[in-house]
Amino acid sequence: MQISGAQIVIEALIAENVDTVFGYPGGAIMNVYDEIYKQDGFEHILTRHEQAAIHAAEGYSKASGKVGVAMITSGPGFTNAVTGLADAYMDSIPMVVISGQVPMSLIGTDAFQEIDAVGISRSCTKHNYLVTDASDLGRVLKEAFYIAASGRPGPVHVDIPKDVTAQIAEFDYSLPIELETYKPHTKGNTRQIKKAVEAIAKAKRPLFYLGGGIINSNASEQIREFVKMTGIPAVETFMARGTLRYDDPMLISMLGMHGSYAANMAMSETDLVIGLGARFDDRVTGKLSEFAKNAEVIHVDIDPASISKLVNANYPIVGDVKIVVEAMMELAREQVKSSRYESWVETINNFDKLHPLSYNEDVERIKPQWVIERIGELLGDDANISTDVGQHQMWSAQFYPFTRARQFISSGGLGTMGFGFPAAIGVKRADMKRTSINVTGDGSILMNIQELMTAVEKKLPVINVILNNNFLGMVRQWQTLFYDKRHSETDLSVQPDFVKVAESFGGIGYRVTTKEEFDAALKDAVEKNVVAIIDVQVHRMENVLPMVPAGGSLFNMMLLEQKEK
Amino acid sequence: MENERRVVSVIVVNEASVLSRITDLFSGRGYNIESLTVAPIPESKYSRLTIVTAGSVRVIEQITKQLHKLIPILRVYDHVDFVEKEMALIKFPLAESITDIDILCQAYNGKIVNVGEDMIVAMVADEPRRIDNFLKAIKRFNPKEIVRGGAVALER
Ligand SMILES: Cc1ncc(C[n+]2csc(CCOP(=O)(O)OP(=O)(O)O)c2C)c(N)n1
Ligand SMILES: [Mg+2]
Repeated sequence: MQISGAQIVIEALIAENVDTVFGYPGGAIMNVYDEIYKQDGFEHILTRHEQAAIHAAEGYSKASGKVGVAMITSGPGFTNAVTGLADAYMDSIPMVVISGQVPMSLIGTDAFQEIDAVGISRSCTKHNYLVTDASDLGRVLKEAFYIAASGRPGPVHVDIPKDVTAQIAEFDYSLPIELETYKPHTKGNTRQIKKAVEAIAKAKRPLFYLGGGIINSNASEQIREFVKMTGIPAVETFMARGTLRYDDPMLISMLGMHGSYAANMAMSETDLVIGLGARFDDRVTGKLSEFAKNAEVIHVDIDPASISKLVNANYPIVGDVKIVVEAMMELAREQVKSSRYESWVETINNFDKLHPLSYNEDVERIKPQWVIERIGELLGDDANISTDVGQHQMWSAQFYPFTRARQFISSGGLGTMGFGFPAAIGVKRADMKRTSINVTGDGSILMNIQELMTAVEKKLPVINVILNNNFLGMVRQWQTLFYDKRHSETDLSVQPDFVKVAESFGGIGYRVTTKEEFDAALKDAVEKNVVAIIDVQVHRMENVLPMVPAGGSLFNMMLLEQKEK
Repeated sequence: MENERRVVSVIVVNEASVLSRITDLFSGRGYNIESLTVAPIPESKYSRLTIVTAGSVRVIEQITKQLHKLIPILRVYDHVDFVEKEMALIKFPLAESITDIDILCQAYNGKIVNVGEDMIVAMVADEPRRIDNFLKAIKRFNPKEIVRGGAVALER
């Protein structure tokens, strides 16, 4: 079929079963937008900033498991999107991002809105393309979707000069992909798997260390079964929240900088780390030389470069977590006896009794942690929880009763303030049946507040819950603890009227100072099913605890001083 | 053992910007490049790069793995037994003894390749370590300019 480059883009997206494209038009991508106008294969959602388009596509992808798609123009459109690309890259989110570029004849001339987009995106994408001929476009897009979703997923950027979108070329999407240099390993080495299971059967204090790769590989069902079968306790990384149900008896909690005492102690005491789709990030390990010091390490990961990068793996297994775990279960069923680990589980439970994840109530002001717990009580499984970045994000990870994978959507690797709201829009779009909550801060929400317009226009009723502490709280916490209380440039006492902000965009706003008001506001917002901001005035000086200071050992935590209740 | 010299040989699809993917990877992750050579492999769609770098065993392992992750990379050889050669061009003032220079060059698989009005240019091609020695040995002939080609390597 002979069609234009712009039509090829549309046809390829439809062939990939794309139902939603988040984007923002401009000169270099106008030919494609002209074709978007004419088609009805997918819906285009106009965000109000390119960064938000990428985050929305990320949220959509994380909630649905599909490849997220975003479209932007050249120059400033592209540079606005870079933060989103970097965010998706760090968190291994499958995405295809299409940008317009100045015509081929102008490339290299410092033309209007020209920027070396592939030069910039190279270091923050899994792969990228500058398409110089429309006859390559179909193949490139097909490869882009395949590369984005396979192996360790990630964003792929396709930059298309304007004249290429006008060129007529042959389009045949049925041609097979020939990528002779890209063949991800998924199966896992049988001998290594056998040895790993033997190590598990021999260990006295094994510990599952569950990472975000499990979510990407849709393996949470298998993991739940594996954990149950073996009776081995588990810690989750921030990215893996929801892999096990919050009430799974084998789940300790999250580990790392703001992990629970029991989770961090378990990691410090274990004699065998069973790492599944986790990458030993510095926010998890603390001081490397002290991390799981007495343990051997099994490390299952789809990305060979993640294995033995930071912590040496005694049993490295390159493969898809789901496939490898299925193979491990076959063997473990006979070899691993859950009774063996009972006293170890008991030890961990005692750690947890000693210093449970908790907080002290305050009579005057709502405690931020209470808000998270309360959302959990009121909505539980019916909500998807996106967050921004800061204290509120850590409290969400610590205190929400997660029941499933893909329920928790947050910017882990890059820690991008401004992620939450657009992501929650994408989440809503992917899962219309559930309530989409964005737990945010008074700092973060202002980094993409313009998305109120997108959400209102497209009737994607996200509920933004601001844990308003009048501070860039997380930075304030570090200043309090490590900079002798010099709260440099973190006081956000001067604030907009968030209720009016919401209303001015056509949403609904609530200011909340009591628990009763919070319940009423959340119920009302859920019932009315409109875009909302709930501005919750919380305790200003609350710190996220426990805390392992950056570079400290996991077992040296600052802990909550518990008041008598 | 720390920061040992290593040779990494890479076969890549010969396409636009593949070289910058590789150099970006090195600079972005803080690995250093001592030398890098690249040229197409005849009658194929591939190119061969020879990269000389330095690092601990762990760093080299990461470099290799990260290189493998780049989509257009077909193969990465490290830790194999390489035949290694490097070429160098050296410019001497004509005032120096041509015969002595010529004899020395011959000992390093080289010769005088150009004689100009007031300069001569010689070439050598040998193992990189021997090139180092050669460059020390010719100091007394007052070399004016030296160009090293960077190592090229092939598995035995
Ligand atoms: C784009 C961006 N800029 C700066 C930071 C550094 N940073 C991390 S947390 C934080 C404070 C966030 O404040 P707020 O959104 O109010 O959340 P809180 O910690 O108060 O809950 C800042 C500035 C960041 N993560 N992202
Ligand atoms: Mg705040």
